Amino acid sequence: MALPKYTEPHYRIWHYFYLLICGCVFFFLIAPLFVIFPLSFNAEEFLVFSDGMKRLDPDAFSLRWYKDMIYGTKNPWGLAARNSFIIAIFATLGSIILGTLAALGLSSRHMPYKGLIMAILISPMIVPLIISGVAIFFFMAKVGLAATHLGIILAHIILGTPFVVITVTATLSGFDHSITRAASSLGSSPYNTFMKITLPLILPGVISGGLFAFVTSFDEVVVVLFLAGLDNTTIPIQMWTGLREQLSPTILAVATCLIILSVLILLTAELLRRRSERLRGINR
Amino acid sequence: MSSETGKILTTDGIPLEESLKQAEKKNKIKAFLLVAPLLLFLIITYMIPIGDMFSRSIDDKMVTNMLPKTYKAMETWDGKELPPEEVFEAFYLDYKILVKNKTAGKLQTQLNYEKNGFKSVLKKLARKQKKFEEGNYKEQIMKVHKRWRNVEYWRAIKRRAPSYTYSKYLKGVDMYSNEDGKIVQVSEDRRIHRILWIRTVEVAFFVTLFCFLMAYPIAHLLATLPMKYSNLLMICVLLPFWTSLLVRTASWMILLQQQGIVNDFFVWTGLVADDNRPEMMYNKTGTYVAMTQILLPFMVLPLYSVMKTISPSLMRAGKSLGATPAVAFFKVYFPLTIPGIGAGCLLVFILAIGYYITPALVGGASGTLISNQIAYHMKSTLDWSFASAMGLMLLTGVLAIYWIYNKLVGVDNIKLG
Repeated sequence: MALPKYTEPHYRIWHYFYLLICGCVFFFLIAPLFVIFPLSFNAEEFLVFSDGMKRLDPDAFSLRWYKDMIYGTKNPWGLAARNSFIIAIFATLGSIILGTLAALGLSSRHMPYKGLIMAILISPMIVPLIISGVAIFFFMAKVGLAATHLGIILAHIILGTPFVVITVTATLSGFDHSITRAASSLGSSPYNTFMKITLPLILPGVISGGLFAFVTSFDEVVVVLFLAGLDNTTIPIQMWTGLREQLSPTILAVATCLIILSVLILLTAELLRRRSERLRGINR
Repeated sequence: MSSETGKILTTDGIPLEESLKQAEKKNKIKAFLLVAPLLLFLIITYMIPIGDMFSRSIDDKMVTNMLPKTYKAMETWDGKELPPEEVFEAFYLDYKILVKNKTAGKLQTQLNYEKNGFKSVLKKLARKQKKFEEGNYKEQIMKVHKRWRNVEYWRAIKRRAPSYTYSKYLKGVDMYSNEDGKIVQVSEDRRIHRILWIRTVEVAFFVTLFCFLMAYPIAHLLATLPMKYSNLLMICVLLPFWTSLLVRTASWMILLQQQGIVNDFFVWTGLVADDNRPEMMYNKTGTYVAMTQILLPFMVLPLYSVMKTISPSLMRAGKSLGATPAVAFFKVYFPLTIPGIGAGCLLVFILAIGYYITPALVGGASGTLISNQIAYHMKSTLDWSFASAMGLMLLTGVLAIYWIYNKLVGVDNIKLG
């Protein structure tokens, strides 16, 4: 955004001031994440940069907290990671299936009471998590699913479906319905039409909704705090307990792994978004 | 094509209008069947439990169920003078069962809420009534303690007769209904909830304001830069957005601690003395800083998606017609971004008002919000009906904001990146 040559000096100053502000805000957004990396390689137990680290002394760095994360006897990170992945994967699948079906129905112009139903379907996103947590806990306790994997998976499906509904409905908004009619007029069964025509076209929306659902489940702690027993502990629960009791560098090692995971998810989401924009561009 | 009656028929011989109607109906059912699984699932696991929270919050059957005979006998008592012999007898019989089942303690606690000093009177009665003789219970009970001769205590029992109460909601705003049934405030030193409500709204408001002030310039920069650079800078917004909330809170805990980098920086610049490092965590400052950074992407993304659609030629047109850049900005650009501002502010405010994790970790005692109080009652005091009542009060607030927003701007403007 280069300034034209004829810009007056005080606008020039104002422009650089504006860029400076933007730089500060970007720094504020991203810098906190980068504190975690170096400290997770700290050879000492304290959460501050030691003198050795400031001198970049190789002895001041170590992998001991990563070893502790994997082999440490006190740290149930292994169990937590397994639980987190199982719960998140099933919750994502459930959200994708229920959410995509609902989005297909909602995008039909024959759908009655569209506004009301949409409001109900995305309500778990609007209602504060703590309230959702209390309500879901009462339900799960009543049907005996508290402190079970199934209970947590169902809870995360509730929280994840709104994202799928929103992203898939958005993808379908640019969808040309005449091509599915063309397919059926050529003798394709509805199932076949869906699998061969509709699904490939809405897939980017489905997957990016699924990513939202996955992250929501993988990162969710408020509802799990109410629901989880000792066997259902997840990574967020372990981090929560760790942060409340004592901030140990092992948590930073876990946090580093989580940041790497979110970088991967971000890259996937970006690729999908661009692909989806391309596909929708063709339809227009 | 046309039949004798003048109606258009399909090849099956059915009038076209009817055939069309049938097809429409079929499509309607088809569309509804697709939505039905999720709708049913949410109604059963989510909507009904929220309703259940309401019935829990007003439920007061405990005392009613403990004294069934008493309340039946009390139906005809007007509450002006001491109740008749039947009430005394019924109360004696009910209470005997409670003492036998060892559940009298609950009644003692509950009635003590209603009238101070009830507990000791009831405890004394539990000891003495073993020696009671049959008949004339009124006389015998009144002999146990002089307070049984005070009609106030019997009125206190009668007040708990209804199986529903709104007292939990009153408690949520530091009020209660006193002995005369009037709604009054609790004494000044016990007004804790109102402070929390005010603080929650205050924190949500200022976090929204800070987010807006920080998000507006960078969203503008992202929307006006060439794609090449803006995609790169967008990562700075999206990476925190996709990163675990707990990771981000943890990094703020490291940064803001007394020996942390922010304090180091302040000492280095000479703003504070090394032995006088300010406490930036476990108070409101920590809550503000961490929540602003965590919620900032939710403000940037809606603003960006609106700003992206504003053509740069509009500003140029304004300037070429003689407006200074500032005038062009405030008269042309800013009004066009209002839908984005509305969506971002709504999103951030609603998220902030129900925030739990970050205030619980970096807020300390002076930075906790209403959600923390709800969780406290759910997990520690186990007063679930009070937690439900406060949760529903919060929910009503959120829905009200949402409704006002929908009236003013329209909810359809919310987009996810």
